[in-house]
Amino acid sequence: MMTEARKAATSALGRRTLLAASAAAPALMTLGEARAQGVAPRRGGVLNTIITPEPPVLILGVNNQGPTLIVASKIYQGLLTVTPSLDPAPDLAKSWTRSDDGLTYTFALQEGVKWHDGRDFTSEDVIFSIMKFHMEVNPRARAILQRIDKAEAPDAHTVRFTLKAPFEPFLLIFDVTACAMVPKHIYDGTDFRNNPANATPIGTGPFKFAEWQRGNFIRMVRNEQYWKPNQPYLDGITWRIVPDSQSRALALQTGQVQMTTSNDIEPFDVPRFQQQPNLTVALNGWEYFSPLSWIEINNRLDNLKDPRFRRAMAHAVDRNFIAQRLWFGVGKPATGPIASTTRFHDPSVQMPAFNPREANAILDGMGLRPNAQGVRASIKLMQIPYGEVWNRLSEYLRQAMRQVGIEVTLESTDVAGWVRRLAAWEFETTINFVYQWGDPTLGVERTYVTSNIQKVAFTNTAGYSNPEVDRLFEAARNAAQAEERRRLFSEAQKKIVEDMPLVWLMELAFPTIHDKRLNNVIRTGTGVHASFDDVFLSA
Amino acid sequence: MSFWRRFARNLGAMVGLAILALVALMAVLAPVLFPFSPWEMRGIPFMPPGEAGFLLGSDSLGRDVAAGIAHGALVSFLVGGVSTVAALLLGVTLGALAGYAGGWVDDAIMRFTEFFQTIPSFVLAVVLVAIFTPSIASIVVSIAIVSWPPVTRVVRAEFLSLRSREFVQAAEVLGRGRIAIMVTEILPNALSPIIVLASLMVATAILLESSLSFLGLGDPNLMSWGFMIGSGRSVIRIAWWMSVFPGIAIFLTVLALNLVGEGLNDALNPRLARRRGIVVT
Repeated sequence: MMTEARKAATSALGRRTLLAASAAAPALMTLGEARAQGVAPRRGGVLNTIITPEPPVLILGVNNQGPTLIVASKIYQGLLTVTPSLDPAPDLAKSWTRSDDGLTYTFALQEGVKWHDGRDFTSEDVIFSIMKFHMEVNPRARAILQRIDKAEAPDAHTVRFTLKAPFEPFLLIFDVTACAMVPKHIYDGTDFRNNPANATPIGTGPFKFAEWQRGNFIRMVRNEQYWKPNQPYLDGITWRIVPDSQSRALALQTGQVQMTTSNDIEPFDVPRFQQQPNLTVALNGWEYFSPLSWIEINNRLDNLKDPRFRRAMAHAVDRNFIAQRLWFGVGKPATGPIASTTRFHDPSVQMPAFNPREANAILDGMGLRPNAQGVRASIKLMQIPYGEVWNRLSEYLRQAMRQVGIEVTLESTDVAGWVRRLAAWEFETTINFVYQWGDPTLGVERTYVTSNIQKVAFTNTAGYSNPEVDRLFEAARNAAQAEERRRLFSEAQKKIVEDMPLVWLMELAFPTIHDKRLNNVIRTGTGVHASFDDVFLSA
Repeated sequence: MSFWRRFARNLGAMVGLAILALVALMAVLAPVLFPFSPWEMRGIPFMPPGEAGFLLGSDSLGRDVAAGIAHGALVSFLVGGVSTVAALLLGVTLGALAGYAGGWVDDAIMRFTEFFQTIPSFVLAVVLVAIFTPSIASIVVSIAIVSWPPVTRVVRAEFLSLRSREFVQAAEVLGRGRIAIMVTEILPNALSPIIVLASLMVATAILLESSLSFLGLGDPNLMSWGFMIGSGRSVIRIAWWMSVFPGIAIFLTVLALNLVGEGLNDALNPRLARRRGIVVT
């Protein structure tokens, strides 16, 4: 919905100064704009939707699982949010500036913002949330927040952070899903994780927590004191907890719920809903997370430690088949280690294409001759226990590898067993997927650098190590300018694709399916994780 | 009247036997009829039965459903047979010991058996397979572990009634060893209820294996009927044939085994056969 001019106004974190002018260019459509397009927002109506699985708690930071992020992002807000092209956009901060040396960031906060209990939201809350709350409870944010040297609040509506060294993707961690603002007057000096107030979340967002019947529903009501005039448009949101996927599909089909998100609807049901005239199926809105799936390969083992063998594996896999036949077009084939929706993706770097003949030639060249059964080598694939479509994927991979003479034996595990074996490096190959968090330094580096080879899940469990790649990632992390980082990441992508430590499969997408009368559902790079203050039900 | 003639007089049993023979033939001929892996993706996914060369349609990856059923028959029989033999070994040994020895040995064995009988067998099987990670061996062992207690009880009852008969006493007087008496004198006379029970246990084992596979606890490297139904269930609106045909295969096989079991029961216990409706379990 943003015009080109606006995109330019907010583009690139690398701009020296993003002045108050950018406040006029939020990702959200203004009222006048909307009227001009003939979709004037209408007040009223309750949005019934689904959340799966049920979140354990609704305090962001204390819990950062997918369902928690989706629900709690209506109650809490961050200083900034991100556009679909991953540029920062205002939220609780109406504008921000960055000093020329890239060390000092100053945020000007919105005025007249109140917590749900009536207290004023001030710069003190921001400093507390960032320097104390998230620093303690949120490991992913902590890694970045530790780069802050000094946090000051010159007045009630200004916050200034001084970094120890320039960090170009700094603004990307202020989204509500990464660093939500929490009330100082409730949490300061308490045990954040076990504060009794965690049962009744207090935020600044457009919806207030009203009722939670465990195993049944979570109900939110309109925040009458919301700081944007006349917003939100909805009277409330009710999140129903429906554990069975077929019941969820039925609820959507019959109109009992007006929206489903994330994993609610299985990929094989999506084509059916795409044909239903009263529903919209959106696949965007996951740009900030950009989950990328791959075959995780234990680079320490025989055969698997040989880049030629891994390259042959990549040639054996038809990623188009996976995207079309297994995911029914929800998501697209991967091209390399950085998803195309993540910053600094280099489209000129392409991983080996589907070509079984080439794979056979490589394996022949390695001296792996097929035996009487046509088997050159045997490997094990630990199945990822995330449900049916993932099982189909392993079955497909077994057949695809067999075509080039690699015999694959599947091993099944449960979720706990899978995480344990992945973390302990007790696997030959498995399937894995992780969020990329918008920037390679935040979400890609961890999978490939030597310093992150740890016995912890979602680190460099493959054991890939290339000093040149390490150097490039480190340089890119510390480079102050986006252009410089782009150059370094391009080089890193080339090097990684040469080594093929993993076989990338799909840039995953999750369908957001909603009633056509529900407007403005996906406006940002975080999609259904936005505050929904501009979402409305037309008559 | 010979055993076979008594058996042949039972129409249901003969139908069951015929179905079993057909399924067995299919299992044996699978590598000839479908000389490729049942996992092989041979064509367009979701082809209805009869189209594009798929007799019973293709599944979500373009695999041949008919090939899956044929190759799955062998897996079902293998699991049913091996786990029944394992359960019989354990059950007959314990039952014979309890029935022949009596006294505290009997008490100890029967309390142990009852302990297993109080746990719902399917739940126990699920737990065992989940703990030992699903593989053909862990599935067979789990099914055997949950199905031996009834065998023990039946065998114990038979041994209890037989051990005071004259021929056993005669053997004891002649000075034969206890084990020899159990194996060569009593066991042959207790065989008929064991055979009947075994045929029904094979049917239960096939059902158990299918249920486990349906829940995703099957061996991921073996095509089985339960797995086929489980993987077809979610797409039943798009491709009913993916779950219906393997379902029919399970239904027919289990039904046939039950019919045969009942026929065996009637044929081996002529006195019972006259009072229909009583089945030894």
